[in-house]
Amino acid sequence: MNTVVLLTLTGLGLAALYFLVASGLSLVFGLADVLNFAHGLFLGVGAYATWWAAGNLPGAGPDGLGFVVAVLFGVLAGSLVAVLVELVLIRPLYSRTIEQVLVTVGLSLAGVALLQATWGADPRTFPRPAWSRQVTSVLGAQVPNAGLLLIVAAVLVLGALLAFLRWTRYGLIIRAGVENREMVTALGIDVRKAFTLVFAIGGAAAALAGALGGVYFGTVSPGQGGSLLIFAFIVVVIGGMGSVVGSAYAAVAVGLLQQFVNYYGTSGLGDLCVVGLLAVVLLLRPQGLAGKVAHA
Amino acid sequence: MVEPVLSVADLSVRIAGLHILQGVSFEVAPTGVTVLLGRNGVGKTTTLRAIVGLTPRGGEVGGTVRMGARSLLARPTHRLVRDGLGYVPEDRCVFAGLTVAENLRLAERRGTTPAYDKVFALFPELDRRGRQRAGSLSGGQQQMLAIGRVLLNDNRLLLVDEPTKGLAPKVVTEVAEVLERVAESVPVLLVEQNLAVVRRLASDAVVLSAGRVAWTGDARELLLETALTKSLLGVGAEVKA
Repeated sequence: MNTVVLLTLTGLGLAALYFLVASGLSLVFGLADVLNFAHGLFLGVGAYATWWAAGNLPGAGPDGLGFVVAVLFGVLAGSLVAVLVELVLIRPLYSRTIEQVLVTVGLSLAGVALLQATWGADPRTFPRPAWSRQVTSVLGAQVPNAGLLLIVAAVLVLGALLAFLRWTRYGLIIRAGVENREMVTALGIDVRKAFTLVFAIGGAAAALAGALGGVYFGTVSPGQGGSLLIFAFIVVVIGGMGSVVGSAYAAVAVGLLQQFVNYYGTSGLGDLCVVGLLAVVLLLRPQGLAGKVAHA
Repeated sequence: MVEPVLSVADLSVRIAGLHILQGVSFEVAPTGVTVLLGRNGVGKTTTLRAIVGLTPRGGEVGGTVRMGARSLLARPTHRLVRDGLGYVPEDRCVFAGLTVAENLRLAERRGTTPAYDKVFALFPELDRRGRQRAGSLSGGQQQMLAIGRVLLNDNRLLLVDEPTKGLAPKVVTEVAEVLERVAESVPVLLVEQNLAVVRRLASDAVVLSAGRVAWTGDARELLLETALTKSLLGVGAEVKA
């Protein structure tokens, strides 16, 4: 019983990490039709900016309020980089899918190289608050606090995103744009502002994933964003392009499947099963669990 | 001579190597309904979409389109719409996942007062169904929503693409009634296949054939000439309004 609880909660922690990366990716693709392979860079920027801020930024630190300031700095940095990427590189390439893929793949590779050149290729120890290294007893299972922190953060982000999409003018524009972007412009709305906004939101969520992923794994390395991005893409496809709720469901499915199969089967088998789940969803429900139906 | 609200001169559109419009020229009168007619595939929808700046990316658009003194072709769609070019697309294009109220709210513009009274007077159904998802509305109700959305704001010209397509006869009559009332206050460029609706609404007609203007003139005159309508549109005009 303890093992099941532990696996469930650590699986949900992993799901939370996937959701934070995938939610922005999904919104960006759903609204702007941009397959952003540079999304992992925002995660890397968030992680390294938090790591740097905890050691160097006045008022920031590895513990208490200082850690919150460091994370906020990381989130802001990730969001800022995402906005710059949208404005400078993506905006001239809307509706040019191949060029977008080339640019974002190139940018992700260049970003990793830049992080390596600046801080080295080896993992750096992440400045973690003391309590995040401790465990909490849940139904008899000793669950790492870092995992619980990720779950709480992902739930808060999910709630904030849903409230934003449901109650704000830009949320309405994004929901409509995911359905029919052209018609949004035909109502007199400059949809490009919404594109920039979803990049900012996606960048912030990915950067938060980077910062909290650093707490979870205990280290930060240049390639971390890229490896998480693969699973985030799988989550987006399973959940349905453009659906935040779909991403949440899919992240939970992927996180739990990975964790349970890796534990009860062979290590690494969980990753294979996730790819199998992706194949099944693509065969049975190509639009994903909650995505818009694609028309030929 | 009354100044036209819209002047289209030598409009050409090429999409994916196909020369769909080949030098289309016509004018839209500042009052009433000007109807754009023609057989399927002659470029009626392409004309409307080119005017409102929605030619697919990669398509080439040439010629000039003017609304008053302002040239339209180089301007982005959202600016044209804010300047008073209302567009009701073919197949309605309501946002199926949003409620009726949200569809309308989306069309509101900052700095202006949306004319909900006018819209709900024309379409009381929209007021009653505010919380219903637009995707669950009937075709006629969706058409009312698509038109109502545009009428929330002041327009200098409305482009309406096949508003009666796929609708039941009773609903066609309702939509025609509404457009008739709308056209009392704002000029309309209408694409329509239903000649009964054309007879009821249109004052001027522009007939396209194979991407060119084949005939322009008084719509009622056109519909009286059975041989002409047969040759241009492939149908007789003996339809009761």
